Amino acid sequence: MILGLYNYWVVVVLMMTGFYIVIAQGNLIKKIVGLNIFQTSVFILYISMAKVEGGSAPILTDGISQYSNPLPHVLILTAIVVGIATTSLGLALAVRIKEAYGSIEEDEIQDRDNKEC
Amino acid sequence: MKDLFAVVMLLGIYGLLSASFFVSMDAVDVAFTEASVGAGISTLLMLTTITMVGRYEHAARHKPTLALAVILITGALLIYGTLDMPYFGSPHAPANLHVAPQYLNDAVPGLNNSKQEVGVPNVVTAVLASYRGFDTFGEAAVIFTAGVGVLALLSVVRRPEEDAEIDAINDSMHQQHLILRIVIKILIPFIFLFALYVQFHGDYGPGGGFQAGVIFAVAIILYAMLFGLSTARRVINQSLIQILAAVGVLIYGSVGLVSILNGGNFLDYSALSSDPVAGQHLGILVIELGVGITVTSVMLIIFFNFAGRRENRRVSGSVTGNNSKNSSATKAAR
Repeated sequence: MILGLYNYWVVVVLMMTGFYIVIAQGNLIKKIVGLNIFQTSVFILYISMAKVEGGSAPILTDGISQYSNPLPHVLILTAIVVGIATTSLGLALAVRIKEAYGSIEEDEIQDRDNKEC
Repeated sequence: MKDLFAVVMLLGIYGLLSASFFVSMDAVDVAFTEASVGAGISTLLMLTTITMVGRYEHAARHKPTLALAVILITGALLIYGTLDMPYFGSPHAPANLHVAPQYLNDAVPGLNNSKQEVGVPNVVTAVLASYRGFDTFGEAAVIFTAGVGVLALLSVVRRPEEDAEIDAINDSMHQQHLILRIVIKILIPFIFLFALYVQFHGDYGPGGGFQAGVIFAVAIILYAMLFGLSTARRVINQSLIQILAAVGVLIYGSVGLVSILNGGNFLDYSALSSDPVAGQHLGILVIELGVGITVTSVMLIIFFNFAGRRENRRVSGSVTGNNSKNSSATKAAR
């Protein structure tokens, strides 16, 4: 059944939403929010691949033989924490841009750059 | 939406929703991390940022047609690409057949006559700290680098005469939240206790250094939000947390060096003790501690530098106008 692929479609929709925000919005904070949504869609892609039908969380106990795949969980767990570290770096850059240009709108920054050249 | 405050709040709700989604996908460790990071710290940092860069967005003058066309084409191609992918939840998907069964079999002694490699029931912790310890070492280094980056971009040299002025503003602002301050005073020890539990129980249940580090940092940030930054600075020494961020990564690396000196490979914990399983337990405990210390101190470095920068601007800029907006933003953050 082709409907068994629906998890990937959810991921694609989320990913494209994030991508659209990144390219269509001029505000730098909104761009970072878009990157965050994009990032979460990749997390969901990995985690949904790790899900096994009838499986349980990968903490071993007696009486359960089927577990979901632990490897993608590990990759994404560290990716989330690294993601917040890079997001904060992006926000720090936005603050510095605001201080240097007086604005975080992409086109206003571009205008000021053009005038100064 | 023109109001960035609403955008940030929606992002926080989105983070919480995706955390509950991860629980339903059996990824409890990931959900834990996402709940504390996506719904907690990232919302907080974004709020601090919008108090500095302005709450409202200017009117957009873009034409979205081109962007829409680009994402429609990319999305259609991606969906076409998914047609070859394995079905959702299929146990025979290639991702579930490669190394995962081996990890699941070997992690615990006595299960399916395994080789008794690690002896940790939480397979996610076993893979994170032992099988893929080298990856995690890299991640810890990345987090440390991000902390250094924020420090380089945002740290301000504070002059003593400004400090008194900042203290006065803080005192006036923080007189207001009496009930919140008392409740938080009662709550903070329990948050610390929970963080310690998460840190050291990561072998047996969901949790570990990354989650515990974030929870620790959240408790201190909560304190800083209610009692003022200068009070928090007196409690948490700034140069100390900068050293601790490096110490965490160093602890991690030293465990690797010790296992080399004991005749194993880098980060091969079985060499740490005469009993391989005890060695694995020891190694995982120590490197989780290293990760926890690094994550806590980096999160604190990031928060203190963002908030410290805002404080300095408030003193130099208009004091009263910003002040009321800031307090309403922090109030809503809770």
